[in-house]
Amino acid sequence: MNTRPIRTAGLTLLLLAAPAFASQPEKGKKGEAVAQEGLQVPKPPFTEGVFPCTACHDGKQVKVNTQRRELAMHSEIELKHGPESRWCLDCHDANSRDNLHLASGEKVDFTVSYKLCGQCHGDKFRDWRLGIHGKRTGSWNGAKQYLLCVHCHNPHAPHFAPLKPMAPPTRPENIKLTKGGAR
Amino acid sequence: MTDQLPTPLPTGCEPSSNCDSRREFLGTAVAAVAMALTGCGKLSKEEFLQHNFRELTKDEIQTIIARLESEYKAKYGKTVKVNNEPAMPGVIFGYALDLSRCIGCRRCVHACVKENNQSRTPEIQWIRVLEMDKEEGVNLQHAEQYYDPAEVPREGHFYMPVQCQQCKKPPCVKVCPVGATWKEKDGIVVVDYNWCIGCRYCMAACPYGARHFNWGEPGLNPADVNPDTHYLGNRPRPKGVVEKCTFCVQRTRKGLYPACVEICPTGSRKFGNLLDAKSEIRQVLEHKRVFKLKEDLNTQPNFFYFYGV
Repeated sequence: MNTRPIRTAGLTLLLLAAPAFASQPEKGKKGEAVAQEGLQVPKPPFTEGVFPCTACHDGKQVKVNTQRRELAMHSEIELKHGPESRWCLDCHDANSRDNLHLASGEKVDFTVSYKLCGQCHGDKFRDWRLGIHGKRTGSWNGAKQYLLCVHCHNPHAPHFAPLKPMAPPTRPENIKLTKGGAR
Repeated sequence: MTDQLPTPLPTGCEPSSNCDSRREFLGTAVAAVAMALTGCGKLSKEEFLQHNFRELTKDEIQTIIARLESEYKAKYGKTVKVNNEPAMPGVIFGYALDLSRCIGCRRCVHACVKENNQSRTPEIQWIRVLEMDKEEGVNLQHAEQYYDPAEVPREGHFYMPVQCQQCKKPPCVKVCPVGATWKEKDGIVVVDYNWCIGCRYCMAACPYGARHFNWGEPGLNPADVNPDTHYLGNRPRPKGVVEKCTFCVQRTRKGLYPACVEICPTGSRKFGNLLDAKSEIRQVLEHKRVFKLKEDLNTQPNFFYFYGV
């Protein structure tokens, strides 16, 4: 897999972190689900203080530069997603920084980033809509809470991160004798 | 044998006669003798004379629940609610587990213990996660349940959690000599902990190792007690009875997902109504490659394994 780090200015992070939704007027409060095509999807997990992108990328403080390059900002992003030719502006919109864009050029909100992911990962997208792929919580016969792709897969390095396993079971020989019990 | 009805009152026994007190006396005497013989000193008379759950009237169930709740209150110092929610009509629960997604992190195992009031010491866990060799495929001869690396998944391995498969033809139910375990209408195999005699035939009969015995007095700290319980599910168990996964009957009969589904960080666990064509479980069965564990035994599980990729 390609491990080329890209240092990119002018791009929003979609890292797995506490959701921090600073000031988007049309959106509800933190933690409130946004209804999209009948799907209840929670807020994207932005890194604290990174959204809205236009706070810096307003075209004045940071000029639009579509040159492919290593950047001084956003150095924590290590891009490990697909072919080496992939870079920031394939997904992030150069002229409307608070949006992503599809291959068609159509701008989409971060809250519906699954549309963007689904362009390449159509099979997973289909399974996700059917409830086969991805985590569902809530009620099996009622309202379900979906997650966005980016809640589990860091879009810049989408491989599911390994976890520390919880404690293994005790071996029978180590189960101690307790009062009133056979073992 | 198990369908036996409670003994009817002797004919000609008027309320005004002394039959009641005689019955009561005999009951107490029998209970006392039985206690002396079996050494079950803690057993109350009411508990000793209690019938199989399926033979109880609604009133009797309410009385028993009230007794249990007061016992739990005394034992754990907090209010434990024992619920008696029956199966929903038109529902048969099904479960599917994605073997291509599970990473063996055991979050489910511990969430289950917490939700279902299992004994912490001696340890009882209803889910067993097997680490398998990718080279071998689903081969139980190459399964390891005590794995403990720094990070999972380990290279070259996949993980297979095994719990009660809620069989349509449960061998555990078939062998129970007293009818203390049965299959509910929604497909959940349950145990009446007050009727179980602890013979462990069901454990020998279960090909999935899904049943667990309380060898010792269950060690459950009051702080760890989940007070939201079901009579046939996660209410605190006594010593000497068998217990098992009930698909979190206390949750699922209220419409919630089981605790293991809620906790799984990879979304490998799918749960729903097999009779609802739009449910997640039906989508899995229709679109994915699915298998049942030890299908050749004809236990007909309502628990499926599948490959999501």
